[in-house]
Amino acid sequence: MKKIIYSKKAAPYLFILPFVLTFAIFWIVPIIKSGIMSMEKVLPGQTNFVGLSNFKRLYNDRIFWLAVTNSFKYMIFTLILLIPIPMVLACMVNAKVAKGKINSFFKSSLFVPALTSVVVAGTIFRLIFGEMDTSLMNKFIAMFGFESIKWLKGAVTGFAALLTLACWRWFGVNMMYFLSGLQSIPEEYYEAASVDGATTWQRFIHITLPQLKPTIVYVLTISIYGGLSMFIESYMLWQGNNSPQNIGLTIVGYLYRQGIEKNDMGYACAVGITLLVFVLVINIVQLTLTGTFKKEEK
Amino acid sequence: MKKSKTKNKVYRILIITFFIVLAIIILLPFWAIFVGTFQEGSMLVRYGLNLTLDFSEANLDNYIMLFTDSGSYFRWFLNSVVLTVMQVVGTLFISSFVAYGFSVYEFKFKNAIFLCVILIMSVPFEMLMLPLYVQINDMNLSDTYIAILLPFLAHASTIFFFRQYLSGIPMEIIEAGRIDGSSEFGIFFKLILPIMKPSFAAMAILNGMNSWNNFLWPLLVLRSSDNYTLPIGLNTLMTPYGNDYDLLIVGSFFSVLPILILFLCFQKYFIEGMTAGAVKG
Repeated sequence: MKKIIYSKKAAPYLFILPFVLTFAIFWIVPIIKSGIMSMEKVLPGQTNFVGLSNFKRLYNDRIFWLAVTNSFKYMIFTLILLIPIPMVLACMVNAKVAKGKINSFFKSSLFVPALTSVVVAGTIFRLIFGEMDTSLMNKFIAMFGFESIKWLKGAVTGFAALLTLACWRWFGVNMMYFLSGLQSIPEEYYEAASVDGATTWQRFIHITLPQLKPTIVYVLTISIYGGLSMFIESYMLWQGNNSPQNIGLTIVGYLYRQGIEKNDMGYACAVGITLLVFVLVINIVQLTLTGTFKKEEK
Repeated sequence: MKKSKTKNKVYRILIITFFIVLAIIILLPFWAIFVGTFQEGSMLVRYGLNLTLDFSEANLDNYIMLFTDSGSYFRWFLNSVVLTVMQVVGTLFISSFVAYGFSVYEFKFKNAIFLCVILIMSVPFEMLMLPLYVQINDMNLSDTYIAILLPFLAHASTIFFFRQYLSGIPMEIIEAGRIDGSSEFGIFFKLILPIMKPSFAAMAILNGMNSWNNFLWPLLVLRSSDNYTLPIGLNTLMTPYGNDYDLLIVGSFFSVLPILILFLCFQKYFIEGMTAGAVKG
């Protein structure tokens, strides 16, 4: 036995064994199990095979499609807000117009919100977006002469609150991604461009943007997944999974509602499998897209 | 020439002002919650957070309650500390072990198995939480820390990061170890682990932050109040029957404080760790 463990041939497999076991026990087996459960009606003490009827129910489920719409809307808005703005901020920091201390104070302050848990962040923002006249947000808009708003009761304003929370937490982290991307661009490129008389704008378009592409693709990827799988932010902001008219309901929220709150495991697994397919399709589309970009470069 | 200099100066002042204003706006919520710790919870519910402290109504009752109440807060705090330490130590050890296997050896199915690592990295956990939840229940592991820890000890992104780091280590070290008669594991423990130390800091922070702030998975696994971690415990303070904002605000504040202090001391590692996933261009 000892000989086998210490043999050079077995060593590589023993090193990766923890991962293989984890992958098998906690990923593959559960996914297969939930694939089977998605075709069952799971009741306490008994399960019946129902074929694809869970998926049929899903297709006609208005709330599910509302959740899908909400998640996609959230994802698209976070892409619009959380990529260009941090990129511009990173360029401003990198230009070193402000001196060292102000620059590093700015970087650190923007990064700090990422350290909070969603529970804490959600608690703070729920109070900030309170419906009282004296809540911070209502006081703020009152300065411009607007009347108080019941932020979390309306679809548009509730969404604005969610997006504010997302921006507050992720501006700094995304800015850091872009900053480390910017710092890896060789200075000579800009010098050469200056000699050729390129304007700031031209330098940004022809040097900065193409050089930042790997960073942009990475941030885009994590933002797509982060956006589509958003759940706890909404859970904390509305103190649970039930927002008025489901304005804050997301795909994962719906999964949670069916699987954990209503304990309808069969149906919830059908939701889960559908989601997994969504994500894998997006994954493949994205891989081929970035792959074709690479071909263009050549 | 002179004109462009004054123009530059104006530009600089504008940028500095913008930086300072934006930084203050971002930090305001922290200030608001700090001020909130001195106010009564019922006032917060009625009037919301404040930016200025009314000293005539300010008191330390919340702090006194937090530190003297034999209640659950410090139990949750301790649970979170224990769980975070176990998670960080376990993940760093197991993941570096696995990463070593991937980076030094050539073996059958290596690429296929490594593809699985990348696959896990690119599927959000939320999408798989239900299958995992069913599995943990089937294994009778619900309400245990093992259930929270075990699925994530061989942590995909940590493995990926360590593999990148190890690919820069010269093979001669390993060969030298073999000539000295060390076993393959001896080489890993005695020669490689010490070399990997610099990469541990960033990953310790990434995993530590994830564990300290982890909410969704513990929410599914944990049942009994004695086992709650801080985020779960704080969340239970909000019930449909009214919220315990007295404890919630001061408790939230104290849950962020240790991280903030660590951040101020080890800022470089925090930024490195939390942005470790970015492609190095």
